[in-house]
Amino acid sequence: MDAILFLLFATLAVGCGINLVVQTHPISSALSLVGVMGSLAVLYLLLGAEFMAAAQMIVYAGAIMVLFVFVIMLLNAGAETRKARSKLALPLGAAGLFALLAILIFSVQALLPRTDPVRFGAFTGGTAKAIGQKLFTEYLLPFEVTSVLILIAILGAVVLARKEI
Amino acid sequence: MPSAVPLSWYLILSAILFCLGIAGFIFRRNIITVFMSIELMLNAVNLSFIAFSYQLRQVDGHIFSFFVMVVAAAEAAVGLAIILTVFKNRATLAIDDVSSMNN
Repeated sequence: MDAILFLLFATLAVGCGINLVVQTHPISSALSLVGVMGSLAVLYLLLGAEFMAAAQMIVYAGAIMVLFVFVIMLLNAGAETRKARSKLALPLGAAGLFALLAILIFSVQALLPRTDPVRFGAFTGGTAKAIGQKLFTEYLLPFEVTSVLILIAILGAVVLARKEI
Repeated sequence: MPSAVPLSWYLILSAILFCLGIAGFIFRRNIITVFMSIELMLNAVNLSFIAFSYQLRQVDGHIFSFFVMVVAAAEAAVGLAIILTVFKNRATLAIDDVSSMNN
């Protein structure tokens, strides 16, 4: 069952990821990204990260993507227009990317020590309680610093989106 | 077919998604799509964090992943505000046309 769920949602994630890259219209790319994030949330659940799965759906697929779709519609962004560019760029870039992917996969296979297969339910430390305890004791200072970061981001967004600039 | 998948498959999936993000970042010509490719790369890294967290049976990877999510939210807010400003000033979303620092 674990393998079926993993293969199903991994395929969905990769398919949506490819669709994100090949689509020319931004709204298609945005909806593909929502698909990637949803399938990743299921994979987080399989890895025992239930709080992160919920946060992924609410923060990423909910809040951030709504912001993206809102901006796409606000700017009335159409399909991107092709411009004349070097014929060499696409094959060279694709070859380089495949080389990078091959190196990454090889290093994962070669450097990762023997591990047990991933079983659903083997790790149950990802609950909201466990994360909250860790977050408000050991990681209290980084947590407070992120609140300042969010405040700065809000101020920056307000200043940037004002009319006068 | 095996009933459970090894951990390395999760890491390979993460690598594939990261490379797809790089591909979108390099090949797309729309600012918003380029920005979404960056979000895809961040998601791929989050998957790695959570996979390692499972393997080590520690919750610290989840915390890192949580912070990545917070930073991504802040980045999206500021980045989209910048995109709005660029569009207001230049009436274009193509990154080839926003090249005044290139001269």
